[in-house]
Amino acid sequence: MSETLAAPGCPTTGAAILGRAPAADPEAFARTGDDGLRSLELVVRGARCAGCLSKIEKGVGALPGVVSARMNLTTGKLAVRWEPGRTTPADVLEAVTDLGYAAAPFDPAEVRADEDREGRRLAVALGVAAFGVMNVMMFTVPVWAGAAMGEGMRSFMYWAAAVVATPCTLWAGRPFFESAWRSLRKGRANMDVPITIGVLLTLVVSFSETLLKGPHAYFDAAVSLIFLLLIGRYLDHQLRAKARSAARDLLALQAHTATVIDAEGFERSVPVREVVVGDLLAVAPGERVPVDAMVERGTSDLDVALVTGETLPARAEPGERINGGALNLTGRLVVRALARSQDSTVAAVARLMEAGAQSRSRYVRLADKAAALYVPLVHSVAALTVVGWMLSGEDFRTALLRAVAVLIITCPCALGLAVPAVQVVASGRLFRKGVLVKSGAALERLAEVEHVIFDKTGVLTEGRPRLLDAPAHLVALAAPLARASRHPLARALAESAGPGAVAEEVFEQPGFGVEGLIDGRRARLGRAAWVGVERSSGDATELWFGFEGETKVRFRFADQVRPEARRAVEALKARGLSVEILSGDVEGAVRAAAEALGIVRWRAGLTPLEKAAAVDAAGAKALMVGDGLNDAAALAKAHGSMAPGSAADASQNAADLVFEGGLGAVPLAVDVARSARKRALENFGFSALYNLVATPLAIFGLATPLVAAVAMSGSSLVVTLNALRLNLTGDRR
Amino acid sequence: MSALMWLAPLSVLLGLIGLFAFFWTFRAGQYEDPKGAAVRILDDHLDTGPEARP
Repeated sequence: MSETLAAPGCPTTGAAILGRAPAADPEAFARTGDDGLRSLELVVRGARCAGCLSKIEKGVGALPGVVSARMNLTTGKLAVRWEPGRTTPADVLEAVTDLGYAAAPFDPAEVRADEDREGRRLAVALGVAAFGVMNVMMFTVPVWAGAAMGEGMRSFMYWAAAVVATPCTLWAGRPFFESAWRSLRKGRANMDVPITIGVLLTLVVSFSETLLKGPHAYFDAAVSLIFLLLIGRYLDHQLRAKARSAARDLLALQAHTATVIDAEGFERSVPVREVVVGDLLAVAPGERVPVDAMVERGTSDLDVALVTGETLPARAEPGERINGGALNLTGRLVVRALARSQDSTVAAVARLMEAGAQSRSRYVRLADKAAALYVPLVHSVAALTVVGWMLSGEDFRTALLRAVAVLIITCPCALGLAVPAVQVVASGRLFRKGVLVKSGAALERLAEVEHVIFDKTGVLTEGRPRLLDAPAHLVALAAPLARASRHPLARALAESAGPGAVAEEVFEQPGFGVEGLIDGRRARLGRAAWVGVERSSGDATELWFGFEGETKVRFRFADQVRPEARRAVEALKARGLSVEILSGDVEGAVRAAAEALGIVRWRAGLTPLEKAAAVDAAGAKALMVGDGLNDAAALAKAHGSMAPGSAADASQNAADLVFEGGLGAVPLAVDVARSARKRALENFGFSALYNLVATPLAIFGLATPLVAAVAMSGSSLVVTLNALRLNLTGDRR
Repeated sequence: MSALMWLAPLSVLLGLIGLFAFFWTFRAGQYEDPKGAAVRILDDHLDTGPEARP
């Protein structure tokens, strides 16, 4: 049963998913509920089918003491509850990973943030509005259709419509009314202010017309306005909520805990958030340094590629200050925390990120730009309608009724849908390609970029050294020692040699190299001085190897450019974008990468501050693509920004878009953003055309409730269909 | 025409029943995991109804 339901690519079908193994200890994320049960939420990657679902739920449910295991396929979360003492969070996590799924514990604080109250509120309001629209039509359609209806019957129908429409409109319209009130109190007027005025005025006039036995009342228009506008609002909200929760999942997959050593010398793991200044922390090889810290004991090499952009490891010794986010490679370190995790990114970077985010919040979205033009225009036309008709001798009642008809017919339903509908479709398309769009505004900004700035290490290049051509027999000779080390250069050597024997009696001297027995002969691999070579230039992009008392050989390494990078850069150039590299790495490495990719503009050795300044200085609207902590400020400052899923969490937070699976995502995202912008503008064009035709009808009193209903829903439908067109085009390859 | 006097409220009542049914499914968490629900129904062991909201 299960096997037949397995989707291709699921671990059920045999292809195991290898996640980035999280170092996080789940113990720190489990909590105890009111019923005394312990619970834990896990983000599970790769579960897509019924087979996965039953395998995970049964596998975890079979652990001793587990009361419930519930997998949500839509959000990819597994909630487990168990009796304390009978199983441990680590067992639960292991059970899931043993089944072949990448899993990571989810922070309880984030679980609460995931609940999305606003989305639930909008969904309920949408339900009420839908009920109102459907039922009010029952009473108003006979009026539009019924020529043979007497005045008394019409009055009855309108009163019945009022009973249905008024409470529904007032209840379902609350998101708009509240937003309008909030904005008015701040002395501004957003798009919700004219909506609120239009809807409330429509209700008031409809009541007075019904009381005065007038021929037209617009109860149905009031509630369908709210309904159509709520659809746009709901789509926009869902887009942001989905992106936010996907972004949280990505971060959870690389979430880490810190190992705190307490006064008695016991170690326990805590979420990094809870580390306070002065805590003594243990950092094992393979773990990230949780916060900025001072080394107390131990020496090691640190991979700082994500922190400064340098490919080569840095030394860590007692008394030295090390940055949070660096990866500990070779030796165990005991460090003292110098900052909390919130303050741990260099303070200057954090301040810059804030400044960048502010400059971005000044960005005016397309829909707001349109509203700023549209709203005053519509209100003037409505006011002129009243004045004009009264001057030409009509009574106030007729004049007001026609002005309200203008407000109804021009109410920005299509406008409210024009952009969200397009953006939802565009982000859905990008999401399927592994690109996560954090907000609609992000897409709009991306469509405007003229200049692309790449970080080098980890973005254009693979971010780790590769062995440059060396004779195979020499590689094989040194490989047993290389396999025993965690140093990135040794790892690269071992990787190119493939699997094989490991040296015995291995001893690693952090910062120098390894020593061990290969076939009973003592050999060393490491820096020139460690192996016993007298050399003046201590170039760190090389490793020396030799048996005791024999000739030494040299291996050279370089950070390789990603295979797809050249095509991505060319694709961007073909789209008329200029490309530049800003890197924190040394000049030689940056020049080599720039030459390999045919990029003329590049700068090396930049600090985070200089990077952010360079983004500003670029002048043109720039797209920053970066992954390091040193890119975070530049990412926040740039007009558009993208970060790979492997990026430091600060960078992922700062970036507009997060992508997985190769640089091809950058030109793709630019393409989709541009066509989304085109569709949105088309939609505006259509709305303008519609208003040009419909507004005169309303001014001259021809917009009966029937005309208003058809015009409103018709225009919304056209706009939505045009947005869906985005899914059909350009995706055929 | 007098039939309208009770048919109209009746039809609104039917609509209201639909609305409250929507509220009930919403509260019961039936929209929490549409993908999961689609596959759970195919397996007797998994078909345990929606997850109660905490």
